[in-house]
Amino acid sequence: MIGILNIGLGNIQSVYNAVYENGFDPVLVTQPEQLAELSHFILPGVGHFNAVSKKLEELGFSQAIQAFIAEGKPTLGICLGMQLLATNSVEGSLTSGLDIIPANILPIAELTDLPVPHVGWNEVALTQSHPVFDNIKDHRDFYFVHSYHMKCQNTEHVLATTDYGQQLICCVAKDNVVGVQFHPEKSQKNGMQLLENFCDWDGVWQTNVKEEVKDEVTSQHLGAVTC
Amino acid sequence: MLKKRIIPLMLLLDERLVKTTQFDSWRDVGDPVKSASVYNSQYTDELVLLNIAREQRTIEQLAELIPEIAKVSFMPLSVGGGINSLADAAYLINQGADKVIINSAAYHSPALISEIANQFGRQAVIISLDVKTQNDHFVLYSHCGQQEESVSLEQHIESCQQAGAGEFMIQSIDHDGMMAGFNIPLFAQVMALSKVPVIGCSGSGHYQHLKQAFVETGVSGLGCGSLFNFSDSNPIRAKSYLSNYDLPFKQV
Repeated sequence: MIGILNIGLGNIQSVYNAVYENGFDPVLVTQPEQLAELSHFILPGVGHFNAVSKKLEELGFSQAIQAFIAEGKPTLGICLGMQLLATNSVEGSLTSGLDIIPANILPIAELTDLPVPHVGWNEVALTQSHPVFDNIKDHRDFYFVHSYHMKCQNTEHVLATTDYGQQLICCVAKDNVVGVQFHPEKSQKNGMQLLENFCDWDGVWQTNVKEEVKDEVTSQHLGAVTC
Repeated sequence: MLKKRIIPLMLLLDERLVKTTQFDSWRDVGDPVKSASVYNSQYTDELVLLNIAREQRTIEQLAELIPEIAKVSFMPLSVGGGINSLADAAYLINQGADKVIINSAAYHSPALISEIANQFGRQAVIISLDVKTQNDHFVLYSHCGQQEESVSLEQHIESCQQAGAGEFMIQSIDHDGMMAGFNIPLFAQVMALSKVPVIGCSGSGHYQHLKQAFVETGVSGLGCGSLFNFSDSNPIRAKSYLSNYDLPFKQV
């Protein structure tokens, strides 16, 4: 069974509709105990890192999600849901995330003079292949809305980047976990394909950074993480 | 790089979609949910749904319709018409809207813009500017083009931006539904004043008009009503044509 986290912060109906349209019958997860029944888990993304992180802790979700992921079950983070996978974020005040992917969440405004939030259709350039991108061509556009971005500590976790003044990391993966900064549920054909791929994924993936982008990704995204 | 957008405008009147000319003389153009479904299959960039009923300016009808549209359309949805409070905006966003469009309320209660922007982010607030050209001056109108506003275009754009507007959407009342081209001087003036993305509407009749507006004014998006309602056109063909002029559009 596919579960979508619903802790009463923001609208998750569009994620539900998109998964349903793909032929699956997802459930809304409001209690940590429900995770035991799931095969796949989606952390949708709306809201403020600090507020959502606190709420997850309060409701007992943080440990439950970490345990679910440790079991090797496929987990997808969307937008803020991807950011929650990181070690910590400076949104609000320095707040710990679920610490699945060694990464830090930082303001886009530190990188570029372009308007923030980064809103609209932007191109996703893959640096590795991944089952959730099956049947999706490279350099397709997805719909973004965000003011913070993820900075990864290891190249092997970076799946794709998007150009907004700077190359921003927009997809990450580690073992059975994948995170996307854009909103697949608002990204039509390719977004729907990604959600379908995720729902069919068995959670097995190995890092495969393309040789030609290895140096590029490393120089742009890693280096000294001071956060 | 962010892509340019072609946005079909869906005008709602009593459960049906209509198309106006110069904010008057309504013609029925179909069912809102079916139209949204068709636009979704045409890989449209974004949808705008405006309730233009002049009586009973409440959000009830929009609120009922949005969940139905959200089941068939998987793209950003902007809605407007009769939004007067933060509660209205919050309700519509929770029903499935991504952005709310504010017009009349921006004149009499500008604090509303800040309230929505603070709660949902400024990208969720579009300010609609309904404009008539009088003696070479641009005059703003509210309440579906029925009430003239005294504030100047410059002042209004400035104060809305300060309050937290995330986008401006321009409608030229004189050009609406005429299919004779956009109000290019108006777009240019708003572009010069605005620091946030601008969507230009009113007047598209063929693809040359779209090209002219994108190339000459640099707007982020163009809204089209009659072009898609009354001619053998759709967003796919429009973008294919415009791609000849190095304008960047979303790749599907």
